[in-house]
Amino acid sequence: MAKKFDAGVKEYRDLYWAPDYVPLDTDLLACFKVTQQEGVPREEAAAAVAAESSTGTWSTVWSELLTDMEFYKGRAYRIEDVPGDKESFYTFIAYPLDLFEEGSIVNVLTSLVGNVFGFKALRYLRLEDIRFPIAFVKTCMGPPSGIQVERDKLNKYGRPLLGCTIKPKLGLSAKNYGRAVYECLRGGLDLTKDDENVNSQPFMRWQNRFEFVAEAVNKAQAETGETKGHYLNVTANTPEDMYERAEFAKELGQPVIMHDFLTGGFTANTGLAKWCRKNGILLHIHRAMHAVIDRNPKHGIHFRVLAKCLRLSGGDHLHTGTVVGKLEGDRASTLGFVDLLRESFIPEDRSRGIFFDQDWGSMPGVFAVASGGIHVWHMPALVSIFGDDSILQFGGGTQGHPWGNAAGAAANRVALEACVKARNEGRDLEREAREIMEGAASHSPELAIAMETWKEIKFEFDTVDKLDVA
Amino acid sequence: MNVDSQIGDYRTQQTLETFSFLPALTQEEVYEQINYMLAQGLTPAIEHEVPAQAADHYWPMWKLPFFGETELSNVVNELEACHRAYPGHHVRLIGYDSYTQSQGVCFVVYRA
Repeated sequence: MAKKFDAGVKEYRDLYWAPDYVPLDTDLLACFKVTQQEGVPREEAAAAVAAESSTGTWSTVWSELLTDMEFYKGRAYRIEDVPGDKESFYTFIAYPLDLFEEGSIVNVLTSLVGNVFGFKALRYLRLEDIRFPIAFVKTCMGPPSGIQVERDKLNKYGRPLLGCTIKPKLGLSAKNYGRAVYECLRGGLDLTKDDENVNSQPFMRWQNRFEFVAEAVNKAQAETGETKGHYLNVTANTPEDMYERAEFAKELGQPVIMHDFLTGGFTANTGLAKWCRKNGILLHIHRAMHAVIDRNPKHGIHFRVLAKCLRLSGGDHLHTGTVVGKLEGDRASTLGFVDLLRESFIPEDRSRGIFFDQDWGSMPGVFAVASGGIHVWHMPALVSIFGDDSILQFGGGTQGHPWGNAAGAAANRVALEACVKARNEGRDLEREAREIMEGAASHSPELAIAMETWKEIKFEFDTVDKLDVA
Repeated sequence: MNVDSQIGDYRTQQTLETFSFLPALTQEEVYEQINYMLAQGLTPAIEHEVPAQAADHYWPMWKLPFFGETELSNVVNELEACHRAYPGHHVRLIGYDSYTQSQGVCFVVYRA
């Protein structure tokens, strides 16, 4: 029988709280951490989040009766306590697949983290995780190449890749910048990187940088016999500029370009990823602005969600933090989203902050990039934490070497290979770190000096965004 | 002002990817890497090439990958046989991973 229009304001929970609902395999599931205003019942707050991030608005409207709201509405189907936190709770919400345009991360985020985050009945709101149904995953292209194809193209197997961000990050001329790249690559690094702040400033316009860097890459490759690359940053003010830079990198025969996916935005990122797939160019992804969004444990979006969104939008590398360096990152949580980037099926595991099983089907994996304040003494821990499918990037830890970039690069390469060899021999890298490193340094003066230079530097501050435990 | 005699010069090297920044592995060290490969369930395979072509993706295969091989000594014998047959070539050992369709291990055992 047809329903009648009943004008006015209803409680959200009448329509959007559905504790008996069994989520469908095709539903997109989300877990939010909700901190409601005083006096608002949990079920009402949870239902409000479901409503405001899907079909609801504050008042009933007659035109709802022209459609089947039961088919389209999001439902809050579960509430849980947050361990060790009395003022907040988790709510789990199921969204029907047809609420989202196929292949559009932009559309998913506009709904899930749109207006609802400013909703007055809530003090704070944080999106902790999203389960993307395989039906949605298959509509996204994902990484242009992925780990397996990149290894084959670069001919690098059985170890993490080694990179470095060129410093000083701003102010070098293009020719001097290319010099720094050449020195790093001839010394034994696989890849170097534009600093994210480098776009096309007055001191170094992008065409000049690309030309000098291409010469540096090609020459280092010819002289060492190994495949080399430099992430040419094509992040730009407009999509047209971005594509123009990407096309020029391709013309120069360069293997990899780079984009900042949050400041550039998901529309630009997905478009560039598709361009990379079409043109056979690798895509390195930097994450400037992420800490604005993900660092507050009560409000915003957890990085694991941003990482999943990037894998769907497309990128072959993504910065994940280092656990051990100068930037924030809890170990268990980092390992959780590193798995979400690289594996094809990741089971729910609350001890690593993973709230849902995630099936990626055949979507390629993304290299985890550890970068920021790391040096040779961190190498054993980094190899142990990140494993082979990672890129370890030592900026100051390469270019700060007393003999310069090439020797700094060689020191890192020797340390890396010594750690991989020791791991394969069954040694405990973290417990035997000193012995392994000192053994390697006995045949490498470059490494011995690097170890002496950085022996005192540690970064031991407590993590701000911790996993929720009682 | 004097040149700082503490600063060393880094001489560019022709290298051959994984483990080529370490001293040549001893026989015992090569055995340990083969044991690791076999323990990981990887399929051993051997390739060889003249140094001038070393940068190519494809090196000639020695026989076929040794599917189902679990014995260290068999892998060692094949490596030695390949080296005897092509003494002027680099010889590398690969561990194929059929799950990732990649190589879990790849390093040059005999540098020409």
